[in-house]
Amino acid sequence: MQIIISNSSKEPIYEQITNQIKSSILAGDLQEGTALPSIRQLAKDLQISVITTKRAYEELEKADFIYSIVGKGSFVAEQNLEVIREKKLKVIEEQLSAVITNSREIGLSLDELQQLLKILYEE
Amino acid sequence: MENVIELKNVTKKFKGFSIKNIDLQVKQGFITGFIGANGAGKSTMIKMMMNLLKPETGEVKIFGLDYKTHEKAIKERIGFVYDGNVFFEGMNLKDIKRIVGPAYKHWDDDLFYQYVEQFELPLNKAMKTFSKGMQMKASLAIALSHHAELIIMDEPTAGLDPIFRRELLDILQELMIDGSRTIFFSTHVTTDLNRIADYIALIQSGELVFNQSIHDIAENYALVKGGTELLDRDTEKDFVHVHRGPTGFEALTDNVKAVKDTFGDTVFIERASLEDIMYYLKGGLQYV
Repeated sequence: MQIIISNSSKEPIYEQITNQIKSSILAGDLQEGTALPSIRQLAKDLQISVITTKRAYEELEKADFIYSIVGKGSFVAEQNLEVIREKKLKVIEEQLSAVITNSREIGLSLDELQQLLKILYEE
Repeated sequence: MENVIELKNVTKKFKGFSIKNIDLQVKQGFITGFIGANGAGKSTMIKMMMNLLKPETGEVKIFGLDYKTHEKAIKERIGFVYDGNVFFEGMNLKDIKRIVGPAYKHWDDDLFYQYVEQFELPLNKAMKTFSKGMQMKASLAIALSHHAELIIMDEPTAGLDPIFRRELLDILQELMIDGSRTIFFSTHVTTDLNRIADYIALIQSGELVFNQSIHDIAENYALVKGGTELLDRDTEKDFVHVHRGPTGFEALTDNVKAVKDTFGDTVFIERASLEDIMYYLKGGLQYV
């Protein structure tokens, strides 16, 4: 499992960890049932405090990405990819609506907007 | 047992300096960094935890036990690490082991040799030939060889070069893996703590300012920068200390939320380092 931490990032370290583990799970790199390193081992490996990795795992548990068994450790939980996809789609819809509202305010046409989106998407 | 060290209402007076009503709990299984400016009272506090000094009022409990009735049992379980000439200068590690080892019930010779090897310490050279870093390692090796559950260190990184400092921090993190050990160490090099500490206790002029997890500190404290025209008696109330300059103000807050509500987007809010916090708290006291 690869986790890269940036000390100069504005994002708190525990969030960097949760986000990277989430992406690995969603991308299928971490499969259901995979054991994660212990909180203390991960802290040592990343050279950060135990309380930080503890918080990261707690957040992942709250969001149902992982589960923990006392004395055994933490494991990747079963992910319902359909549900996650639907949730993401909903977020994208909301964000696009905001984009459309903004575009109308400055009189950007649909063609122009599509062009802009195309450039950004292919970047 | 959640708290390994527990101080209740501890007071100690000296000429021109005193420790005032300190309540402090140190949690098991974590690293607590103990910070404060020179002369803030760090060493006095550590001496009271080690029963080298007795508080005038209040109580000190280690592992839930007090020194009056359980001194030996407590000392068995503590490893005290500090720099300076801990051992007789002319002795080598082998001699020291022969003297110190039998004093502990749980002394482990194999473990001792294992740490000697890991820390690359010479067994047959006199301690006076050791560098500061090596002395620190020797002191730590001895503390670890009697299976200490609580490791108390007074300024362990003072006077060490950056490479050895990192090595020491690595060793400390390795010790934390099994979850049973607790480390309490004082330092005024706050960068040591940014990486590995779980809790930070800050002492200033003999008073405990806070003892919080690093997350709580990051969530509560921040630096705020903006134009001086924004300041008045109301907007300033959430600042611990404000520095006014010709180009704007810089302030420390311990209530980020309130500052956001008050100022919105008109100011910059940045993460405050431990050094920032120490500096502004000190400034705050001077001008009050």
